[in-house]
Amino acid sequence: METLMFYILSVVTVGSAVFVVLLRRPVYNVLFMILTMIGLAGFFILLRAEFVAMVQLIVYAGAIMVLFLFVIMLLNIDQIRPPVQARDIRWWAGALIAFALFGLILVVIKGIVLPAMETAVVAGQSNTELVAKELFTTYLLPFEIASVLLLAAIIGTVVLIRKQS
Amino acid sequence: MIPIPAINLGSILPALILCAAGLVVLAVGLFVRRGAVTVAALISLVGIVLAFMTNSPLRALNAEAFSGLVAADSFCWFLNILILIAVGLTVLISAKYLADEGMALPEYFVLLLFCAAGMMFMVSGNHILVIFIGLETLSISVYVLAGIHPAIPRSQESALKYLLLGAFSSGLFLYGAALLYGSAGSLALPALAKYFQAGSTSLMAKAGMGLLLIGFGFKVAAVPFHMWTPDVYEGAPTPITAFMSVGVKAAAFAAFVRVFFDSLAALQVNWSQILWVLALVTMILGNLAALVQDNIKRMLAYSSIAHAGYILVGMVAGHTEGTSALLYYLLAYTFTNMGAFGVVALVGRKGEANNMIDDYRGLAKLHPLLAVTMAIFLFSLAGVPPTAGFVGKFTIFSAAVKEGYVGLVIVGVLTSAISVYYYFRVVMKMYMEAPATEPQALHFGPAVVVGLLIAAVGVLYIGIFPITYLDLAAKSVMPLF
Amino acid sequence: MVTLHHYLVVSAALFALGVIGVMIRRNLIVVLMCLELMLNAVNLSFVAFSHYLGSLEGQVFVLFVMVVAAAEVAVGLAIAVAVFRQKGSIDVNDVNLMKW
Repeated sequence: METLMFYILSVVTVGSAVFVVLLRRPVYNVLFMILTMIGLAGFFILLRAEFVAMVQLIVYAGAIMVLFLFVIMLLNIDQIRPPVQARDIRWWAGALIAFALFGLILVVIKGIVLPAMETAVVAGQSNTELVAKELFTTYLLPFEIASVLLLAAIIGTVVLIRKQS
Repeated sequence: MIPIPAINLGSILPALILCAAGLVVLAVGLFVRRGAVTVAALISLVGIVLAFMTNSPLRALNAEAFSGLVAADSFCWFLNILILIAVGLTVLISAKYLADEGMALPEYFVLLLFCAAGMMFMVSGNHILVIFIGLETLSISVYVLAGIHPAIPRSQESALKYLLLGAFSSGLFLYGAALLYGSAGSLALPALAKYFQAGSTSLMAKAGMGLLLIGFGFKVAAVPFHMWTPDVYEGAPTPITAFMSVGVKAAAFAAFVRVFFDSLAALQVNWSQILWVLALVTMILGNLAALVQDNIKRMLAYSSIAHAGYILVGMVAGHTEGTSALLYYLLAYTFTNMGAFGVVALVGRKGEANNMIDDYRGLAKLHPLLAVTMAIFLFSLAGVPPTAGFVGKFTIFSAAVKEGYVGLVIVGVLTSAISVYYYFRVVMKMYMEAPATEPQALHFGPAVVVGLLIAAVGVLYIGIFPITYLDLAAKSVMPLF
Repeated sequence: MVTLHHYLVVSAALFALGVIGVMIRRNLIVVLMCLELMLNAVNLSFVAFSHYLGSLEGQVFVLFVMVVAAAEVAVGLAIAVAVFRQKGSIDVNDVNLMKW
C-alpha cells in the first residue's frame, strides 16, 4: 500500500514539476506547481511528518501559489505570448548542467549510510506536539529571528511597489 | 509543561538593540514628516552606539547560549565590531545621499539595521540553521535596499539579479545542508565536528561540504560565482553598494570560516585545495577585469572580487596565523572600501550621473582634501604602505608563505602589482588632468565629512600602529581552534 | 518496500528540474517558481532524513525554509512588479541578466 502510494505520488510530483518547467502559459505553471506541492505534502504524510504536511498545504499550496496567481493576474502577463524561440546554447547548457547535477547526486546518495541516533522519536505523542516542543525550546532563537526576517520582507515589499511620486 | 531552556539575552544583545532601533525608526517614521531621514539616521546612530557598548562583554563571555545554537565568543565580538563600523559609516554616508536623491524613506534605515542584525546572528551562529536564517535576514534586506532607488532603472535590475542569484545560491546551500544532515544526523556545528573527527567521511558528506562551499562562494563573490557582482554593485545605490561590498562580505566570510574551521576541520585537506584554486582564479580574474572598467563602481566591484581572492588566501593558509590575518584584512578592508565608496557617493551627484572614472578629472583642484582622502583609500586598496591595506596583504601573504603556499603568494603579489595600475589611474585623473567642463563645487553634509574622516583616520591608524589590532585579531580566532 | 533512497532520488529529480528551469526559462515569474521547486526538493530531503534518522531537526529546518521561501517570493514578486512597471516586460533577458 505504502509502496503503491509512493509511486503514484512520485509520478504526480515529478510529472507536474516537468510541466512547471516546460509549459509556456504562467497560469498553467502555477497550477502544476500546486499539484507538485500537494504531491510533496503526500510524501510528508508518508514520512509521518503531519505538521509539515499541513503547513506545506496551507502556506505553500495555499498562500504562496495564490500570491503568484495574484501577480500574474495583476500584470495581465498571461495575455502576453512571447514568440517561440529556438533552443539556444543557454537552453542546452542549462539542461546539461542540471542532468550532470542529477547524475552526481545519484552517485552521491548511492553509498549512503545513516548514523545511529541516540534519540528516537517518542511514541504516543503527535507529530505536531513534538515539533512544537522543539520549536519553542531548542529552536526558540531562530523562531524569533524569523519574525525579524518576515518584518523585513513586509517592509521591503511595501517600499518596492509604492507608487513613485 | 515544557521546560524552557535558559535564555541568555546578553549573548545577542547587540543584535537585539539593532532590531529595537529599527522598530523605533519604523514607528517614528509614521509621525515625522519633515526631516524624517535626519531623525531616522540619528536614531539609527544611537542604536549603533548602544549596540557597540553592549558588545564588549561578549569578548570575555565565550559561552554558548540558546541551547547551543549561538556561540557568544571573541570571534563574534570582533565581527560584531566590524559590522557596526560598516553599518555606522553607511548611515553617515546615506543621510546626504537620500536627501540629494529626494528619497524620504525612513524604511531605508529600518532595513539597514535589520540587515546588520541578521549579520550578527549569522556570525554568532553555532548551528547551520541560525547561520542560514541570519543569512536570509541580511539577504532579503539587501535585495530590497539594492532596488530601493525609484528613479534609476538599474537599481531595480540589480535587485532582481541579486535576488535570483541569491536565491539560487541559497538553494544550493540548503541542499548541501540537507546532505550534511543526512550524514551527521545533526546540523549543530559541534555535532558536525564530532562526526567528522570520528573519521567517517562518506561521499555524501563531502558533496554536502562542496555545496555549502559553493553557497558561501556566491555570497563572498569568489570567481566563478561572481557573475552577479559587477551589475549588482553598479546598479545599487552607492551607500548600499558600500555596505554590500563590506558588510555582506565580512559576515559571509565569518560564517564561512566558522563552519569550515570549526566543524569541517577534519576535511581541511579536501576543501583547502578547492579554496586554493578559487583564490587563484579570483585574484587573477578580479584584477584583470578591473583594468578595463570605465565606471568607477564597476571597477571597485571587480576590485572587491579581487580582495575576496586575497581573503581566500588567508583561509587557505589556515591556522591561527591565516585566520587572524583574514580578520585584520576584513577590518582594514571595511574602513578602506566604505571610505572609497563614500567618496564615490559624494562625487556621483544627483541621480548618480557622475560615476565614470573620467568624472574624477581635476578633483584635486576643486576639492583638495576630498582628493587626498580618496587617494588614501585607493593607496590602501592597492596595498601601499603605510596604509592598513598594506599590512593586511603583508600578514596574509606571510601566513601563506609560512604554510608553504609560495605559488599562491607569488600570484597574489603579481596581481597586486597589476591592481596598482587601475587604482593609480584614478589618482592620476584627480591630480594630473583637467576636467572637461567647469564643474560645480560639491556640497558636503556634516555626516559625510564625519564618516569619511573616521574611515580615513581608521585606514591610517590601524596601518601605522597595526600591532594592537593584529593582536586582537589573533586573540579573536582562539575559539575556533 | 520504500527506502530512504527512493525519497532522495525523487528529491534529486525535483532539484535538478528546478535548476533546469532557472537556467532555461526567461519568464521571471516562472524562474521564481523554479527556485521554489529547488527549495521544495531540499525540504523533501530534509523530511526523509528526519524520518529515517528519527530526529526532528530536519522537520524544524523545513519550517524555516518555508518561512524563507515565502519571504523570498514576496520580495521577488514585488521586484518583478516594479521591473514590469518600468519596462513593460518580465523577460529575464530584457533586464540583461546574464551580462558578465
